Amino acid sequence: MARGLLGIEDLDRREIEEILARAKDFQPLQNQSNKRLDLIRGRMIVNLFFEASTRTRTSFEIAAKRLGADAVSITASGSSLQKGESLVDTLNTLAAMKPDAIVMRHSASGAPHFLARYLPIPIINAGDGTHEHPTQALLDALTILDHRKTLEGLRVAIIGDIVHSRVARSNIYLLSKFGADVVLCGPAPLLPAEMAKLAPGVSLTYDMQEAIQGAHVIMMLRVQLERQNESPFPASDYYPFYGLRREHLALARPDVLVMHPGPINRGREIASDVADSKQSVILNQVENGIAVRMAVLERIMR
Amino acid sequence: MAQLLLKNGRVIDPASRLDSIADLLIEDGSIAAVHTGIDAPDAEVFDASGMVVAPGFIDMHVHLREPGFTHAETIESGARAAAAGGFTSICCMPNTSPVNDSVTVTSYIVEKAKRVAVVNVYPIGAITKGSAGEELAAIGSMKQAGIVAISDDGHPVMNARVMRRAMELARSLDLVVIDHCEDLNLSAGGDMHEGLQSLRLGLRGIPACSEDVMVARDILLAEVTGARFHVAHISSRHSIAMVEYAKSRGLSVTAEVCPHHFSLTDEDIRTYDSNFKMKPPLRSRQDMEAAIAGVTSGAIDAIATDHAPHAGSEKMQEFERCPFGILGLETALAVTLETFFHTGRLNLMQIIEKFTTAPARILKLNRGALSVGGVADITIFDTQTKWTYDVNRSYSKSRNSPYHGREFVGGPVATIVGGKFVWRRDQEV
Repeated sequence: MARGLLGIEDLDRREIEEILARAKDFQPLQNQSNKRLDLIRGRMIVNLFFEASTRTRTSFEIAAKRLGADAVSITASGSSLQKGESLVDTLNTLAAMKPDAIVMRHSASGAPHFLARYLPIPIINAGDGTHEHPTQALLDALTILDHRKTLEGLRVAIIGDIVHSRVARSNIYLLSKFGADVVLCGPAPLLPAEMAKLAPGVSLTYDMQEAIQGAHVIMMLRVQLERQNESPFPASDYYPFYGLRREHLALARPDVLVMHPGPINRGREIASDVADSKQSVILNQVENGIAVRMAVLERIMR
Repeated sequence: MAQLLLKNGRVIDPASRLDSIADLLIEDGSIAAVHTGIDAPDAEVFDASGMVVAPGFIDMHVHLREPGFTHAETIESGARAAAAGGFTSICCMPNTSPVNDSVTVTSYIVEKAKRVAVVNVYPIGAITKGSAGEELAAIGSMKQAGIVAISDDGHPVMNARVMRRAMELARSLDLVVIDHCEDLNLSAGGDMHEGLQSLRLGLRGIPACSEDVMVARDILLAEVTGARFHVAHISSRHSIAMVEYAKSRGLSVTAEVCPHHFSLTDEDIRTYDSNFKMKPPLRSRQDMEAAIAGVTSGAIDAIATDHAPHAGSEKMQEFERCPFGILGLETALAVTLETFFHTGRLNLMQIIEKFTTAPARILKLNRGALSVGGVADITIFDTQTKWTYDVNRSYSKSRNSPYHGREFVGGPVATIVGGKFVWRRDQEV
């Protein structure tokens, strides 16, 4: 299997620290007029997005370009996928064009893992179904570390549709590896009790107040209606019970960080004034996405 | 007169409780004698020293994919795979295209099998037309045409009233009702067993309770109707406990288990390899242990493979898009020896029962015994030879096995149907 990045679960603490340290090197670039480094000049990266995405795809494109690589983006609409070609055939076709890495988003959990067994090209998982979204967890960690010395001992509340969230899974693995306490919170049908066994230091509550009590970090998740073929929770009860509002912040630590992987639904899982509050680091997350993805691409292609 | 003499094998026949080193003489397709020192100078001789000579194995649950899906398997290729797995009789489920819900399809399978199959093929008829779960199929006529049971395998009968009527009818026809127990509302959208591993992999779960509620329903209906009810591919510990309870109350309830459910668990699904995807899914370690205990205690009567070929292209997809089902015929005996014989849980007589007298009793088939004068369907196997399963050499047209590359100790040596070798390990190329 070619070396790529399929998930956080498979990484050890040292590897994560190396990526984050390198990402820190890249952070100042954002504020320079010349943002380009030619560290992997001439390499070709294919961004293959089988599922709609604006920020992640753009972020990977920018990261590739800042490193001097060529990036080609393909989205599912208009590609051969809609002509009934299988995933393996599509990827083999692309592989024949000899890219140096494939960045892939897919609605099926494990799709990049399945392909990684057959393709000699490194695959970077940009989100697979309800499984993992490793670069999101890395950029979240970088954002927290911009404000905190360490992840160890932090109380991080992850709130929302946990069972369908690849962001939650990747963050659970990462935070747990660094000794944070992770509290999962959401409606019971979207938060199976076994989730607490995913990693050490993970606990679970259905009560939002309890989750937020003393939190250093609150990570809100988007309600993922497109992944549900039923309505497991009454929609009208969502915001009253699991929407993050101003009054909740008083329960958390005064310097709490409010995070959201985006895109946010104002008034659905997060109040508009909370999203725009001084505790909110939502836009810093987006910014850090580029530095983290540069670190990941460079690591894989050097 | 064609004679075949199996010399010095360990002859084990659960039907007559025979277990001794003996010769077995076959004459014109029938068993002529079983005792030591048979003298038959004109007979072809097969030296079975160190091997077990058993009644021909019966697999009461296979998918032969013909008619309709012959790119994945045919009656001919499936029968060859069966022979290579030591099976002399197989029962094929009706989920073909068209569904085996009529005399026409039943007769087609029976006639085609007579021409091309190297083993005996017994069709199982659909419970409902098109296995759509609504209107009963022509069960009586299909029985006259040769079906040995009814089942809507793969498409469980969701309507309890329809199942009740089917059981009433089956009872009057003395047919067993085999149900694929799955509540489709509870399992909807699922791809693997619901539990920690499905949460870890981000795959949608098929909860064990989707099996349990249907086993419970069917046991209650079997009691109401007096029908013989057989649970196909049982996989959950609660279902096994309920079958055991039903038996203790004297109901005609039986169950089969597939080798993958007593040898693999959901934790074996690590790399999204669809060769580990089937229904019911690989369940938890506790469920697997309950399956082992159930076979050992007798709560589970028979071992069946649910051999379900799918062409390579169908299984080479994203896990959630792949169809359910795996091959099983060629590995069933070896997996069973591994789980039950080499661990000392069961002796060979008990293991052979699961493949012979048990399915014969459930289906009321006149097979599965070594009786003098009876048809010479014989399975010869050993318990010592080390070998590695190479699915690329399978007789099946498909390649979807989770056991590819696995090393086994013991397995089929030769298979005899109607007095003739239909497969021999020593003649493999």
